[in-house]
Amino acid sequence: MTPHDEPPRNPIAPTAAIPCATGRDQTVQFLEMKGITKRFPGVLANDHVDFQVRSGEIHALLGENGAGKTTLMRILYGLYQPDEGKIAINGKAVTIRSPREATALGISMVHQHFMLVPPLTVAENVILGLKSTREPWLNLGEAQERIAELGRCYGLRVDPRARVWQLSVGEQQRVEIIKALYRRAELLILDEPTAVLTPQEVQEFFTILRQMARQGQAIIFISHKLHEVTALSDRVTVLRDGQVVGTMLTSATDRQRLAQMMVGREISFQRYKDPVNKGEVALELQGVWAQGDKGLPALKGVSLTVSQGEILGLAGVAGNGQRELAEVIAGLRPATQGKVVVGQKDVTNRSPAEIIAQGMSYVPEERMRVGTIVDFSVAENAILETHGQAPLARGWFLDYQAIGRYAEKLIADFDVKTPSQDTPVRHLSGGNVQKLILARELSRSPRLLVAAQPTRGLDVGATEYIQKRLVEQRSKGTAILLISEDLDEVLALSDRVAVMYEGQVVGVMPTSEASVEELGLLMAGVKKQLPA
Amino acid sequence: MKLTLRLERRLTPSRALGFLIPVFSIVLALCFGAVLLAAVGKNPGVVYQKMFSGAFGSRFGLTETVVKAIPLMLSGLGVAVAFRMLLWNIGAEGQLQIGAFAAAGVALAFPQAPAVVIIPAMMLAGFLGGALWASIPAALKAKLQVNEIITSLMLNYVAIYWVEYLVYGPWRNPKGYGFPGTAPFSPAAELPRLGTSRVHLGLLFGLVAALCLYFILRRTKWGYEIRVIGENPTAARYAGISLTRNILMVMALSGGLAGLAGMSEVSGIIHALQRGISPGYGYTAIIVAWLAKLNPWAIVVVSFLFAGLLVGGDQLQISMGLPAAMSNILQGAVLFFILGGEILVRNRISLTWEK
Repeated sequence: MTPHDEPPRNPIAPTAAIPCATGRDQTVQFLEMKGITKRFPGVLANDHVDFQVRSGEIHALLGENGAGKTTLMRILYGLYQPDEGKIAINGKAVTIRSPREATALGISMVHQHFMLVPPLTVAENVILGLKSTREPWLNLGEAQERIAELGRCYGLRVDPRARVWQLSVGEQQRVEIIKALYRRAELLILDEPTAVLTPQEVQEFFTILRQMARQGQAIIFISHKLHEVTALSDRVTVLRDGQVVGTMLTSATDRQRLAQMMVGREISFQRYKDPVNKGEVALELQGVWAQGDKGLPALKGVSLTVSQGEILGLAGVAGNGQRELAEVIAGLRPATQGKVVVGQKDVTNRSPAEIIAQGMSYVPEERMRVGTIVDFSVAENAILETHGQAPLARGWFLDYQAIGRYAEKLIADFDVKTPSQDTPVRHLSGGNVQKLILARELSRSPRLLVAAQPTRGLDVGATEYIQKRLVEQRSKGTAILLISEDLDEVLALSDRVAVMYEGQVVGVMPTSEASVEELGLLMAGVKKQLPA
Repeated sequence: MKLTLRLERRLTPSRALGFLIPVFSIVLALCFGAVLLAAVGKNPGVVYQKMFSGAFGSRFGLTETVVKAIPLMLSGLGVAVAFRMLLWNIGAEGQLQIGAFAAAGVALAFPQAPAVVIIPAMMLAGFLGGALWASIPAALKAKLQVNEIITSLMLNYVAIYWVEYLVYGPWRNPKGYGFPGTAPFSPAAELPRLGTSRVHLGLLFGLVAALCLYFILRRTKWGYEIRVIGENPTAARYAGISLTRNILMVMALSGGLAGLAGMSEVSGIIHALQRGISPGYGYTAIIVAWLAKLNPWAIVVVSFLFAGLLVGGDQLQISMGLPAAMSNILQGAVLFFILGGEILVRNRISLTWEK
């Protein structure tokens, strides 16, 4: 039995019209989590966490990966049960045992990966899973009206009759928010919501969020981008190692201090730039076409060059062909037209082994699914590409002593934090897995390194480390193709910037001549740089 | 209030359950069999006791159990190495038949050859026969992405009927009074036996194969590649490991071991090629491999258990008038419960009261 005496409100929409202003008292504590503790085997994920959210506030939740943000939000959303602690909604103690119960209490979560059905319309997606007011028929017309009304109230402009696959990523995100509001959400949890947006879309999105907050909506904004947190939120709570480091007004703090609280030490925002010393061309793409997973062209004539000793940053909104491009270079996806040249040798549609032999290293976007074997030990992962070479192998046999020494060296050189080299990679944090992959890929002294989203999802410390190593490697003469959706990262590390939009490179320029505004326009496909 | 059952994903797969589930699957299968036995009016306790004593309770029973464990072990190891790489080789039965055919062909072609020549030649022929037979689905899979489950399964029937054709037709023993089988091999082509029992040298083949497989998987470059592909084919491709080459090589090894099982049956037990040389060893091997979690040493142990089930089943037929199919039902039930139990290794069940 739940302690709250009032039956949960039905999340299933009644017919009454929604007023724009909710009339919620904005000084009221909507959510109070007190003393939340959650233990996993060997980990204290949340250690007596206190967390409050008021109606009408945007509350940022900041912390490194593994700091306990996700666990805390999963507890709030009913996916985990806390071992200790209490949750109260509007002052009443509650137990949340499932997302359905969370929804009934007015809590909604917008996931990083949208949960939409592309062939259905916006309205159909919104009412999916809800009881209709006129069973067994759908109440589509009514839904469309309400969606339009919500759109007017909050500036969430979306055509309810449009099919989801026709919408841009930004519009799809709005549909997710409408879905939550349609279910009468009073508290929205947004998990890294800006990762998929262009800078312009981010601005528009923030305007919407502020509008929602003004009308009494409570919003939890999970992010690791400090400048977004400072630009948007009213209050910030910083988590570190499962504990709350502090909750404060955003206006009373700054990026530097937040970063320090997150990491527990000082972080330098200094960038490491020494002049480019360009060498030979290491990678040349000539009019490369390739198909995406759905059989449609994902690359439409990409031409690029990357020289030894330079970082070419490839910016773009997710899903514009960056992943496919990396895969074509690595030999994992066939090119249907065009030419891929690595170090003077035509490697178009050659096997990955041949391309690796040409001096190509690849840090893949999905480190746990592609870059490592999670149930293998650190040492076994360290030899993924080189297991056939001396001294790691002698004849048909692997030399486990040599492998052990080799793994030990990589762990030491790249500061990989692991209990031992025999620990399965599954138990390492994201940052340490990425350090291990980078160590492995750089240990071959590559001519070309393709690094796809190398710091995505990593904490500040690991991000800083990975970026530093990339720049070092470039100064040692490796050509680096840096594919990143994080524009700040691209600008900070690259010598030249290229922008991808819908399978094409729509602009290339030296970083010194690039501005965020211009790149944003290129990323959005509004502008196209004429070939120089 | 209603009681709801929910599966929650475990953070790490349970190690204890990885061991307990095979054990519980056997217990549950026995319970399931007990219900059936009770339904036909037999006392399950008595039946199981008879099965057990039939398989393990006498010298004859025990040696017969060892004899039947040999082909299960060899083809089980073969199946397991393919399964390790996520290659679903269901064709061990056919590979065993072709191995037997190839070995018999050698034995019949050189009736004068001494044992030191003919036995190794038959082993080689049996291994190669099975390997080539398995290479058909392997090549189709590697080059054309044809599903190996279907092709390897279908080729079983081709192999079985090929052997039947030979023993009824061109290879039939003219002095065999019409019995569907070839002429007996020369004594040199018979595998040495242990004392007066029917236990033959094939037992050693099985144990050596388990040892080799263990070393290949743990200590060699090839074994490392097999394990990488089995755990994460995407990462294997990323690392430049050739899937095509490994599919061909692993399927050849897998079929070769099943072929060696066929060779050891004709050379060690039957001393001729005849109809029905295998009561479905190649299929039982799949259950053996799965119950043993694809671990070579566990396969050796589980082979003896399942051989006991087969021998015990035969005893039931003789002493209690129960159909031998009873042991097939039990085998099927064991596999059924294991597959059902797999989900618990990665998930836990939570029962909660909901309003």
